[in-house]
Amino acid sequence: MLRSRLIAILAVLIVLFALGAVAGAQDDMVEIEYWQYNFGARVDAMNMLIEQFEAENPGIKVVHNSDIPYADFRTELAASAPAGVGPDVVTLFYGWIPAFVDAGYLVPLPEDAFSEEFILETFSPMVANSKFEGSYWAIPTAVRSLALFWNKDIFADAGLDPDTPPATLDDLVEMAIATTQYDGDMSDILSITRMGHAPALAAQDHHWFREVLIRQYGGTPYSDDGRTVTYNSEEGCAAFSWLAAFETEHVTGSNDILDGATNAFVNGESAIHVDGSFRVGTISRNNPDLNYGVTELPVGPNGERHTFGSYWTHGITRRANDDPARLEAAVKFLQFITTPEAGTLWVNNVGELPAQLSAASDEMILADPILGAFSAGLAYSHATFFVDESAQRQVLIDAFDNIRMGGMDPCDALDEAAAAEQELIDNFWADREM
Amino acid sequence: MNEIKEKRSRETAGLRWTLARKKVVWAYIFLAIPIVFFAYIRVYPALFAFQMSLHDYNPLAAEQPFVGFENYEKLFSELGKRKSQTKSAFQNTVNYVLLGVPIQLCLALAISLMLNEIRFMSTLYRIMFFLPFVTSTIAIAWVFRMLYQPRFGLFNVILQLISLPQQPFLRSTQQALPSVLALVIWQGMGFAIIIFLAGLKQIPRTYYEAAEVDGASRWHTFRYITFPLLNPSLVYLLVLQTISFLRMFAPVIAMTEQGRGGPLDSTVTVVLQTYREAFQSFNMGYASSLTVVLFALILGVTIIQLSVTSRRIN
Repeated sequence: MLRSRLIAILAVLIVLFALGAVAGAQDDMVEIEYWQYNFGARVDAMNMLIEQFEAENPGIKVVHNSDIPYADFRTELAASAPAGVGPDVVTLFYGWIPAFVDAGYLVPLPEDAFSEEFILETFSPMVANSKFEGSYWAIPTAVRSLALFWNKDIFADAGLDPDTPPATLDDLVEMAIATTQYDGDMSDILSITRMGHAPALAAQDHHWFREVLIRQYGGTPYSDDGRTVTYNSEEGCAAFSWLAAFETEHVTGSNDILDGATNAFVNGESAIHVDGSFRVGTISRNNPDLNYGVTELPVGPNGERHTFGSYWTHGITRRANDDPARLEAAVKFLQFITTPEAGTLWVNNVGELPAQLSAASDEMILADPILGAFSAGLAYSHATFFVDESAQRQVLIDAFDNIRMGGMDPCDALDEAAAAEQELIDNFWADREM
Repeated sequence: MNEIKEKRSRETAGLRWTLARKKVVWAYIFLAIPIVFFAYIRVYPALFAFQMSLHDYNPLAAEQPFVGFENYEKLFSELGKRKSQTKSAFQNTVNYVLLGVPIQLCLALAISLMLNEIRFMSTLYRIMFFLPFVTSTIAIAWVFRMLYQPRFGLFNVILQLISLPQQPFLRSTQQALPSVLALVIWQGMGFAIIIFLAGLKQIPRTYYEAAEVDGASRWHTFRYITFPLLNPSLVYLLVLQTISFLRMFAPVIAMTEQGRGGPLDSTVTVVLQTYREAFQSFNMGYASSLTVVLFALILGVTIIQLSVTSRRIN
C-alpha cells in the first residue's frame, strides 16, 4: 500500500522533470538577470528601458530584480554569489567598484564595446573613476551632483527674500540661524521645532565635507593618487568646525530630530538642505506641494565652486562571463541602457542627469529651474575614490558624533578619523599588492 | 527430528523482528528526518563557521584562500587596542549581561512572588506580564524607538509634564545602552515570571505551614524555604537568560540609527558586529572568528554557571 503510493509519487516527479527538461531544451531565448536596489523611480525607468530593449532584441529576455531594499542590497548580492545565482548585469554605487573588483565579482567591460576613447569622449569626466587597475569595470546611465535646496515658504516666513538662497558659506550660517524656530531653550537641540540647517554626515554631508568644504577652505581631502588622507590639516579642521557648528554652536538643527535632516526638509520642517538630484524625485512623490528651490552649492572662503559627483553604475558579473551567449546579451543590454536616449529617459523619470555629455548639456536641462543647478555642477564636480564607501563614511560619522556627543575638539576628532580612514585605505592596498 | 524443528524455529525467530522491535526501528526512522534536518540546518553551518574562520572568506569572490589563525590574531589585536569596534562589541555585550540578567531576574522574582499571592484576576495579570514575550521583538523595538523620541516621544512628553529636563535616550552615548537594555529586560521578563511561578507552585505548602507554626517571619520563610527551593528554576533561568543576552542582536539593529549599534558603537553587540563584518564589509572569515569566540564564551560561562549554582539543596 505504502510502496505503491511511493512509486506513484516517484512516477509523477519523473514525468515533471522530463517535461521541465524538454521545455528547457526548446527554449533558445537568452535570459539574463539584471539587479538594482529598490527605488521607485529607478525601477519604473529601468522597466521602460527593458521593454524597449526586448522589443529591439527579441532573442533576449531580461529578468529585472528590483525587490531588494537599499540597506540589504549588498547582503543579497553576497548571498547570491556562493549559491551560483544572481545578476549578470548589476547596478552598483561607483564607490563600491574597488571592493567588487577585488573580490573578482566584476569582469572588465569589453574593449570593443566600451573603448577608453569612447568613454573619455562621450561620458561625464567623473566616469573616469570607474577605471581601476587599468580597466573600466562599469558604466553609468546617469550621474548626480550635490546642490543646495531651500524652502521658499520658510524663508518668507522668517522675513528673508524667498528667491535669494545663500550664495556663500557665511550667508548659509546667517540664514540658517534666521530660519530656526525653538520652543524654549535656544541652546538645546531638542527644543528646535523648525530647523534652519541640520548637518547630517550619515546623509550627503560627508561628501560635502570631503570634496567641497575642505577645498573651499584651501585644503585637499586626499593625495592625488587617493592613497593618503590629507584632510586632517588646518584647513580641513576649519571646514569641519564650520560644519559642526550648526549643531554645537548655532544650534540650527540635528539629524537626530524631526525624523532626520532629509525627511525634515521633505516634510517642510527644515529651511536649507544639501542633497543630490535624486532627492527631487523623493520630494515630488512624497510632498509635491513643497515650495522649494535648488541652487548651486555656496562658495567658500576662497571663492571657489566645487561639488561632489557620484553615480550608480552598471557592471557585468563573473556569472555572465561564464556563458558566451549570456555575456553577449549582457554587453548588448549594457550598451542599450547607457545611450544618450536612455539618459534622457532617465532624467525625465528619475531626475538624475544623463551620463553622456551630449544629453546632459541639453538646453532644456540647463534651463530647468531645478535640474539646472545640478547640471551646472557637473563641470566642477569631484568623485571620491573609495576603497570601502560605507566604512569610510562611518569614520566621518563617528568623528562628528565625537564632537557633538563627546564634546571632542573638531581637530582631534578629525585626526582620529584620518588615522582610521588611512588604515582602511592601507589595508585595502596591502591586500592587493600581496 | 524434533531437535531440527526447534532449531529452525529459533532461527526464524532471530530473523523475524518482534512487533516491539519494529516499533523502535520505525521510531528511529521517523526521528531521523528531524535529526537530519537539524544537522543540516544547525550543526553543519556551525561547523562551517569554524572552517570559514580559517579562511579569508569573501562570498563575492570565486576563491577563498586559507589563512590559518590570521582572523583570530586580528581579533585579539583589535581587542588589545585602546578603541575599536570589536572591543566595544565585547565590552557592551558583557555590560548587557552583567546589568541585564540580575535586574531581569530580580524583577521577575519579585513580580512572581506577588503574582503567586493574588487570586482575584490573577490570570489577567499573568497575561499582561507574558504578552511582551510573545510579541515580535522588531515591532516592540520600533515602538520603543518612537517612545524614546525627543520632544514627541512618550517618555519625553511625561518628563516635560512633570517639569523634568528632556533626555536624549538613544541619541546619547551614555543613555543608549540602558535604553536598549530596558526594552530587553521588560520583554524577556514574562518568560522568567512563568518559570518562577511554576517553580513556586512546586514548593509543598506543608513547609510554609510548618514555618508558620514555628513563628518564622516572612523574610525567613523566603530566605530559608522559598529561595532555596526555587534554586532549580533560578539556575535554569540564569543560564538561559545569560545566553540570550550574550546573543543579543535584534533590538539593537532595530533601535539604532541605520542599525549600526551607535551612537559611536555604544550599543553594538558581538552578534551585531559579526553581522556588520559579514554582510557590510564582507569579511566573512573574520566574522566567523567572532562567532567562534562568542561560542566559546557562551560555552565557558554556561559550564561555570552550572557547576557553581546547581549544588544540591537539602
